[in-house]
Amino acid sequence: MSVELWTILIVGLSFALYIYIGWQSRVKDTKDFFVAGQGIPSIANGAATAADWMSAASFISMAGLISTLGYDGSIYLMGWTGGYVLLALLLAPYLRKFGKYTVPDFVGDRYESNIARVVAVIAAIFVSLTYVAGQMRGVGIVFSRFLQVDINTGVGIGIIIVGFFAILGGMKGITWTQAAQYCILILAYLIPAIAIAFILTGNPFPQLAFTFSDVADKLNLIQTDLGFAEYTKPFANKTMLDVLFITIALMVGTAGLPHVIVRFYTVKNVRAARFSAGWALLFIAILYTTAPAVSMFARYNLIDSLHNRTIEEVRQLDWANKWEKTKLLVFEDKNNDGKLQLTPNKDTNEIDIDKDIIVLSTPEVAKLAPWVVALVAAGGLAAALSTASGLLLVISSSVAHDLYYRIFDETASEEKRVFVGRVVIGFGLVIAGYFGVNPPGFVSQVVAFAFGLAAASFFPVIVLGIFDKRTNSQGAIAGMLSGLIFTSFYIIGVKFMGMTPWFFGVSAEGIGTLGMIINFIFTLTVSRLTPPPSAKIQALVEDLRTPNLEES
Amino acid sequence: MDEQQRLAYWRANTALIRNLLIVWALVSLVFSILLVETLNKIQFFGVPFGFWMAQQGSILVFVVLIFIYAFQMDKLDQKYNNKK
Repeated sequence: MSVELWTILIVGLSFALYIYIGWQSRVKDTKDFFVAGQGIPSIANGAATAADWMSAASFISMAGLISTLGYDGSIYLMGWTGGYVLLALLLAPYLRKFGKYTVPDFVGDRYESNIARVVAVIAAIFVSLTYVAGQMRGVGIVFSRFLQVDINTGVGIGIIIVGFFAILGGMKGITWTQAAQYCILILAYLIPAIAIAFILTGNPFPQLAFTFSDVADKLNLIQTDLGFAEYTKPFANKTMLDVLFITIALMVGTAGLPHVIVRFYTVKNVRAARFSAGWALLFIAILYTTAPAVSMFARYNLIDSLHNRTIEEVRQLDWANKWEKTKLLVFEDKNNDGKLQLTPNKDTNEIDIDKDIIVLSTPEVAKLAPWVVALVAAGGLAAALSTASGLLLVISSSVAHDLYYRIFDETASEEKRVFVGRVVIGFGLVIAGYFGVNPPGFVSQVVAFAFGLAAASFFPVIVLGIFDKRTNSQGAIAGMLSGLIFTSFYIIGVKFMGMTPWFFGVSAEGIGTLGMIINFIFTLTVSRLTPPPSAKIQALVEDLRTPNLEES
Repeated sequence: MDEQQRLAYWRANTALIRNLLIVWALVSLVFSILLVETLNKIQFFGVPFGFWMAQQGSILVFVVLIFIYAFQMDKLDQKYNNKK
């Protein structure tokens, strides 16, 4: 059976499973719709969080980025996992104790201010939309290659699937679907990784093969021969300060992402929230410790099978042929010597590999069975679709719950609120689809914006809301606005206006760290210059700090 | 819980958070970034140690930290929960 047939079969079966689960957990009331009835067991919530979290960027792009960046790719590994420590220790248990529906809910109630609530809603929508934009491009890439359809058709299919279970099942449907999607995506990631580790090193555990083999040594040697920096050499592409800033921005951003935070509202109690964070990171770590191994092996394999070969030889490789057709892999014999050379210099480099194809092509490069290739396609789709649906629900609850219900119509009935939530998801889908058809850029780069903005807006006000009783609404609003405005200006300036990164050369991806510091300074200073929060709020904060043990 | 117990509980909680965050910052920011070049002089089986910390070691430590927190808080909850 061909790769294409296998893909249709496996993708079709996995989609049928998601739709079945979505139908089984369809809901009517707001509590089910927005926080899954707060009855999700902590392991299942951990798996759902992991799937929600691991997007097309983690699944498709990350290993490719690390593959080209070498050590400097560690920013993604540490950044996207280290944030869970912050989340588990500083946010999750307290937000669960607070026990409402959304992050803006917490901000609005803690700071007794609808202005703060609206600022938080805007930040939540902004962050989620930026993030969702990256996902749809991922869906397009996977479909166009594996089903040999037009990218636009692929995006269309994705929209229908996401729409089906997000609109029907709300948070409850999404959570259970995501738990299933986690299983698919982790299998899809591990099987080829294990095979490649075994082929290259004879050790089937990628994490161990990464350390206990000579691939790193051999790769370092080849890289220096070709004129690249050693693979394991630090700061070959970015300065130390930039690596530090990007890592912190990704960590804090992870902890501040509304679609991740909201997951901790869906568990039974405070204790379950703490363990759920641990399960989530464990499930994430399974993929995140495999990724650097895949990156290293793929880099070695690609150089080995493409460099210094003739075009005829390369075109005999089935995978090289197929990817060449998608224009994500380009060969050009610039010096007409009949052979292809991979070099760090743009003018002499003759092999141009899009970073996004590294993971997707790995199973074919290693000559694995067609069903593995198909499984990877299903895994990539599971990653993109689960994240997209989680994000759409955040957008939906921000508008339906925080804007419509809390600000415009406090008397709205349950049915009406769920209805508005569903309509908003519909709108969100249209926007996501637009971004999928007109992609705003490289998947991981777009996602990096969302992190900078989440780091600079949410994290400080939530942490201070719990750990500093003196922080008041004036401080929170000043902090969120200053962080958000500074970070957006820097990112837009550097990315789109050609501004030079003026803050010690810190790149757009890392500037969220400075945005966060600015936010902290503004929040703390303005809070101290204005009256303290009311006795009621001080009592609320006290209450947050004591878990309700009777409940557990 | 009375006022004094509440304070003691909160103090124990924040002390635990502080200690775990120190380890968190040490393995990621200090060992894997600031001191990576020094640590890379040590070979950890097939790879330089600093590189291994940045790409594998720190992630493993993160997972352990969260579970330590969850279990320690369980203990703390039991200690201060007279009803159980």
